[in-house]
Amino acid sequence: MKRALALAGWNALLLAGALLTLIPLLWMVSASLMPTGEANTFPPRLLPSVATWEHYQTLFTHLSVLRNFRNSAIVAVSATLLSILINALAGYAFAKLRFGGRDRVFGFLLTALIIPAQVGMLPLFLLLKTMGLVNTLVGAIVPFLASVFGIFLVRQYALGIPDELLDAARVDGAGEWRIFRTVVLPLLAPILVTFATFTFLSAWNDFLWPLIVLSDDAKYTLPVALASLSGEHVQDTELMMAGSVVTVLPVILVFLALQRYYIRGVMMGSVKG
Amino acid sequence: MALLSGCAGGSHDRVTLRFWAMGREGEVVQELVRDFERENPKVRVIVQQIPWSSAHEKLLTAYVGRSWPDVAQLGNTWVSEFAALKSLEPLDTLAHQSLIARDADFGGVWDTNVIDGKLYGIPWYVDTRVLFYRRDLLKAAGYDSIPQSWDGWRAAMAAIKRRAGQDRYAIFLPTNEWNQPAIFGLQSGSTLLADDDTRGDFEGPPFRRAFDFYLGLYRDGYAPPVNNVGIANVYQEFERGTFAMYITGPWNVGEFRNRLAPTTPWATAPLPGPQGAASGVSLAGGSSLVLYRESKHKAEAWKLIEYLSRTESQVRFSHLSGDLPARRAAWRDSSLVGDPALRAFETQLTRVVPTPKIPEWEEIATRLLEQSERAIRGAAPPETALAALDRDVNNILEKRRWLVERERQRAGTAAR
Amino acid sequence: MKESIEARQARAGRLFVAPALTLIAVFFFVPVIGGLVLSVTDFDIYAIGSPDTARFVGLRNYADLLANPVFWKAVWNTFYFVFVGGPLSVLVSLVAALAIHSRLTRLPSIWRTVYFLPVVTTLVAVAVIWRYLYHPRYGLLNYGLGAFGIPPIDWLGDPHWAMPAVILLAVWRTFGLNMLIFLAGLQSIPEELYEAAHLDGANDWGRFVHITLPGLAPVTLFVAITTMLGFFQLFAEPYVMTQGGPLKATTTIVLLMYEQGFRWWRMGMAAAIAFVLFLIMLAGTLIQLRVTRERAR
Repeated sequence: MKRALALAGWNALLLAGALLTLIPLLWMVSASLMPTGEANTFPPRLLPSVATWEHYQTLFTHLSVLRNFRNSAIVAVSATLLSILINALAGYAFAKLRFGGRDRVFGFLLTALIIPAQVGMLPLFLLLKTMGLVNTLVGAIVPFLASVFGIFLVRQYALGIPDELLDAARVDGAGEWRIFRTVVLPLLAPILVTFATFTFLSAWNDFLWPLIVLSDDAKYTLPVALASLSGEHVQDTELMMAGSVVTVLPVILVFLALQRYYIRGVMMGSVKG
Repeated sequence: MALLSGCAGGSHDRVTLRFWAMGREGEVVQELVRDFERENPKVRVIVQQIPWSSAHEKLLTAYVGRSWPDVAQLGNTWVSEFAALKSLEPLDTLAHQSLIARDADFGGVWDTNVIDGKLYGIPWYVDTRVLFYRRDLLKAAGYDSIPQSWDGWRAAMAAIKRRAGQDRYAIFLPTNEWNQPAIFGLQSGSTLLADDDTRGDFEGPPFRRAFDFYLGLYRDGYAPPVNNVGIANVYQEFERGTFAMYITGPWNVGEFRNRLAPTTPWATAPLPGPQGAASGVSLAGGSSLVLYRESKHKAEAWKLIEYLSRTESQVRFSHLSGDLPARRAAWRDSSLVGDPALRAFETQLTRVVPTPKIPEWEEIATRLLEQSERAIRGAAPPETALAALDRDVNNILEKRRWLVERERQRAGTAAR
Repeated sequence: MKESIEARQARAGRLFVAPALTLIAVFFFVPVIGGLVLSVTDFDIYAIGSPDTARFVGLRNYADLLANPVFWKAVWNTFYFVFVGGPLSVLVSLVAALAIHSRLTRLPSIWRTVYFLPVVTTLVAVAVIWRYLYHPRYGLLNYGLGAFGIPPIDWLGDPHWAMPAVILLAVWRTFGLNMLIFLAGLQSIPEELYEAAHLDGANDWGRFVHITLPGLAPVTLFVAITTMLGFFQLFAEPYVMTQGGPLKATTTIVLLMYEQGFRWWRMGMAAAIAFVLFLIMLAGTLIQLRVTRERAR
């Protein structure tokens, strides 16, 4: 009996912790459905008196948030697809292909992990300006294309591919590109899904870089549009919460669908690291 | 320079103009733009709306990213910045040839657009800061109208404060705004900067007098040491009589009417000055319309600017946006003439002065408000705050000093 | 025959890494070096229009920075955030991981997902939400505290409470990530060690101190370093919630850099700030590594 009580009490504690963790997100959803002004009352309300979709309507019609949603999608999906290809190739090559200076170059790359992104941000902005990529979605995608972290992750995983498999294919006369496509990629699939999830989430949530590189509000991604909206509409709590829901919902859904891979990636990256 | 060449022929395709406008003005100008298009069927105008909160950064990033519009609305304190970047087309010739006459009465407003002797913007709408006050509280303190001189004004505030008591005040001056100290400085005859705007002059006697006056209002309890976030709701407090006076702009005419109980007796008056009415100058705010130098459709762009400057357009825009027209002729319209609250604005607009017309002004204004706040909170005596301010300002202006000196030397060698 | 396979492999190897290396070189290392170069000039808005107005100024930007009290305030604020928020975040993560790992826990994967959810959310959206939660009158936080008799706190308006408010938000947002890493670490400690200790008569606390904690040591170091590095770059929360205020209480190094570079267009100065940040982070990492090595001896 005492044990059952301890069990119940313990799990109730965990439940309380979970609720505390979720309250900001739950309130966000609730407030986004409240009629205008209800979120700014005293005492604060937890639930809307009557649920309304008007703020979502405003976002998508009057404020063209759909455009920002589309931009975020374009940036996140392109960044993910391109970066998988580029980093898988490099990660595999660093793990399994023998070429001169390979390990030295890889060691040098690792130093990049300690340099904060902000150091290069301004010159990168000026560089993109000379390339005509400022205020374009391509400019927003560029920082995600090659990732030392991604190369590290893929290499770590690719080290586990048996050499015999690859050598056998070579003896059979297959070219390196063909080997990569038909043998290696399928084997790398799990870690690639993990990395894709990481990249998608980072690209979708990225804020400082798109803020700097995009000046046309038609090109804003969701986080930048939301910040810009919050400057103008700071009084309109419910509208801002609706904007937050639209920004946060896709990543939460992607995460819930792919959490197995994401979590495995986090735990893998840390224990080995 | 070939200004009016290009797509003026009838056989050309439609011209598309890009027009950047901010905030509410960006929303309402679309209507006027539609009529302009009807009048000029070969011209299409795309209005891009930019929120004020990010407008400054946006305009600069657009400049760096080389994605300019043809016409833009610029807050008039920004005209100098963009003129310095050589991104704006000088408009003297165009204005001279056209029907837009320089407004003699609203000279101060026009003046904000003249940089180094050249005109870079056409005033679109104006605003300025005047005094909004509670007639009843003023009357109860023994005054029928706002005194015109600083001394009289202080006396009125003292009387109001005596009646108001501990937790109520005579005037609300947010501690985190630079407009008030700047206005008082300009009223005292300070130019804020000196030497062709290359040095700070905040330690000079005129500004010091103004600064002491400003700080005195807090010290004597006439103004609460609160910033514009800490007030919670300005309108509620004005209605409750927590303070009797407030220096603010024309947008609050509509807001006061919307948010205050209709029985609240309030009115507007031009700002008092150190030596009476004539010295009661205020800031010349508002927005101008500018033409970008790299525009490929300058003729059509100028037509749009002319269209928006017509008296009828000005009147209509004023109705839609609640902003005040920049052309005095538009003030003859009945809706503006008949509005008692707006009379103070019309008077004040004949007495406005621009802030220094340099790109660094935004940053200098921020330093001004920081040092003012320090002095108000007692974290530093006024001399220290102003000395620190001048030091900061001189630092900020170092590049400008060097550039001006370089220009001077070049002109000197050229003359030889 | 064998030679040609090796040669082909080497060629393919170089080709495969070429896109990534080129991109990293062009879009990362070159800008970083560019940053170093920028930081010794006075590149500003005049220079963007006319590059000939940019001047080489040596270490003047760095000197001006060190003489600027706002910079030191930013450093202080950042350090406050890193050295108070960091350990707090790590502690909460550890507690959460231990809680989930406990044998008493039912449905551990559900708790794990829920506790992790804040990590996935968009920072800007979250900062917007918390700005409303922190409202002195209408916010849920003060309302909840009021139920315990605590008077309302002006979280974002009071210079003393603004940084704690940002810390609370950061802890909420990041504890799930480190929790996962601690979980991985906990799961890698062999069960036999616990059983042996149990047989030796050690109680729960004893086992925790003598087996769990030492077993988590390498993971703890990893968590400590990565959290510290991440927290040094604090930007989005103060940008959205407080704009660095009130009275510069939440101005961080990156926020200062953004302001100098993209509000006032002092790109030379902003680059110098970024470089100083890098040096601070490098020093922090090296110190942590050194301290751990000393302690291990």
